[in-house]
Amino acid sequence: MNKTINLTLKIWRQKDRSDKGRFETTPARDISTDMSFLEMLDVVNERLTLEGREPIAFEHDCREGICGSCGTMVNGRAHGPLKGTSLCQLHMRHFKDGDTLTIEPWRARAFPVIKDLVVDRSAYDRIIQAGGYVSVNTGSAPEANTLPVPPELAEKAMDAAACIGCGACVAACPNASAMLFVSAKISQLALLPQGRPEADRRALAMVRAMDACGFGNCSNHRECENACPKEISIANIARLNREFLHAGFISHET
Amino acid sequence: MNWLTAALGSSVGKKLMMALTGLAFIGFLAAHLAGNLLMIAGREAFNGYAERLQSLGPILQLFRAGLIGFALVHILTGLYLFLQNRKARPVRYEKDTSAGGRTISSRTMPYTGLLILAFVVFHLFHFTWTDKGARTIFDLVAAAFNQPWAVLLYAAAMIVVALHVRHGFWSAFQSVGASHPKTMPAVMALSWTAGGLVAFGFGLLPFFMLIRY
Ligand code: HEM
Ligand code: SF4
Ligand code: FES
Repeated sequence: MNKTINLTLKIWRQKDRSDKGRFETTPARDISTDMSFLEMLDVVNERLTLEGREPIAFEHDCREGICGSCGTMVNGRAHGPLKGTSLCQLHMRHFKDGDTLTIEPWRARAFPVIKDLVVDRSAYDRIIQAGGYVSVNTGSAPEANTLPVPPELAEKAMDAAACIGCGACVAACPNASAMLFVSAKISQLALLPQGRPEADRRALAMVRAMDACGFGNCSNHRECENACPKEISIANIARLNREFLHAGFISHET
Repeated sequence: MNWLTAALGSSVGKKLMMALTGLAFIGFLAAHLAGNLLMIAGREAFNGYAERLQSLGPILQLFRAGLIGFALVHILTGLYLFLQNRKARPVRYEKDTSAGGRTISSRTMPYTGLLILAFVVFHLFHFTWTDKGARTIFDLVAAAFNQPWAVLLYAAAMIVVALHVRHGFWSAFQSVGASHPKTMPAVMALSWTAGGLVAFGFGLLPFFMLIRY
């Protein structure tokens, strides 16, 4: 059974970086509840195009919850109301006929709006460039078990590595802090033997890059882990703090 | 010492300072509460405790100086963080809904902090920097809490402190990296206990004094 609903979108429109921007109200008619949120926006954009108006700009790529491109605020919630779900994986059956949806871009000084719902997340790239890597030649695959990793640590590293860099944690944080993202990127390497040699330098460099980007500070509100589509835990933030404090106060790194 | 200022000046370093000074205040509150509860034991017990405390002389002064120093660090760093956090989101959301993390306690930290500061100044004028005359400290407190407005003011202030401590306690564990999924439920429970002890321990004493004396 194909059920359809009608919605009213109160959506942020902004021409470019310098435009002040404003909310525009536009209907989303005959939306199949089997559609994803992004497909709903596609339908609205087709109508806007046919009407000769500018379609709504939003980011997307994989549409299967793995690339981290998509994401907007929907009624004040990053990626919409469903836990552990990116916007592209959110289906319209979670909304009711007649609902009004307020759709806004991520709001953070470090993520300036480029157009409509698209924000510039190059601040994340600068943090990764500062130390989110391992400086070894990869070469061919090594002999298995040359570097034994206990399964619990492998699991934790994998959980941290699930971060897709979408920016929802920053968007949801009352302080626009990037700590959950940075903690995931620091943890995925700090937990594995390949990441240990550079752990101190990495923690210092990535936290400094994060601070330089103009993100807020962590107040431990825990909004981030509740908004994260990959349900990255704030246990990673505690690990980031340990790694940074070790690097800053005990290690020989400066 | 460049590495030291760099580490302390970072976002994580500032939170370390908040956490350590905040935990020190909680330690102070615990000692203060234990002393104050002697008021229930009566005039002699409490005055005796106050005298022994005064007789510590230089050690007491050292603790005072330490608390003032910690307060300066906690307040200035807290205000700086607060302003920086506001600046990090120049455009507010039209609709801002909780995903289930923030609490009344966590959202009001800067405001409860400033209220505590105002209360502490008042409290010091009220009981410490005052002309006691011939009265003992017990009589001074008993007389003060004969006035219902003072009782209500202190009770309200203790609710504010309890809110600050409820979030601050567990938050400090997280900030120093000491929290872990295994210990988190215990730290959370302790956080509520600390808040509850502040609210009921300190908060009910003025009522006790009003009714009893
Ligand atoms: C009895 C007095 C006080 C106690 C026991 C106390 C305790 C604490 C603790 C334990 C924290 C947590 C630190 C962390 O998150 O790592 C904290 C945070 C904070 N305190 Fe206090 N505090 C007191 C007074 C004050 C005062 C007078 C202010 C004045 C502005 C203040 C402002 C703040 C702020 C803004 C934070 C949050 C910092 C952040 O997370 O960004 N506090 N406090
Ligand atoms: S931690 Fe979660 S919310 Fe933050 S960027 Fe990574 S996937 Fe997105
Ligand atoms: S479009 Fe790739 S995660 Fe949503």
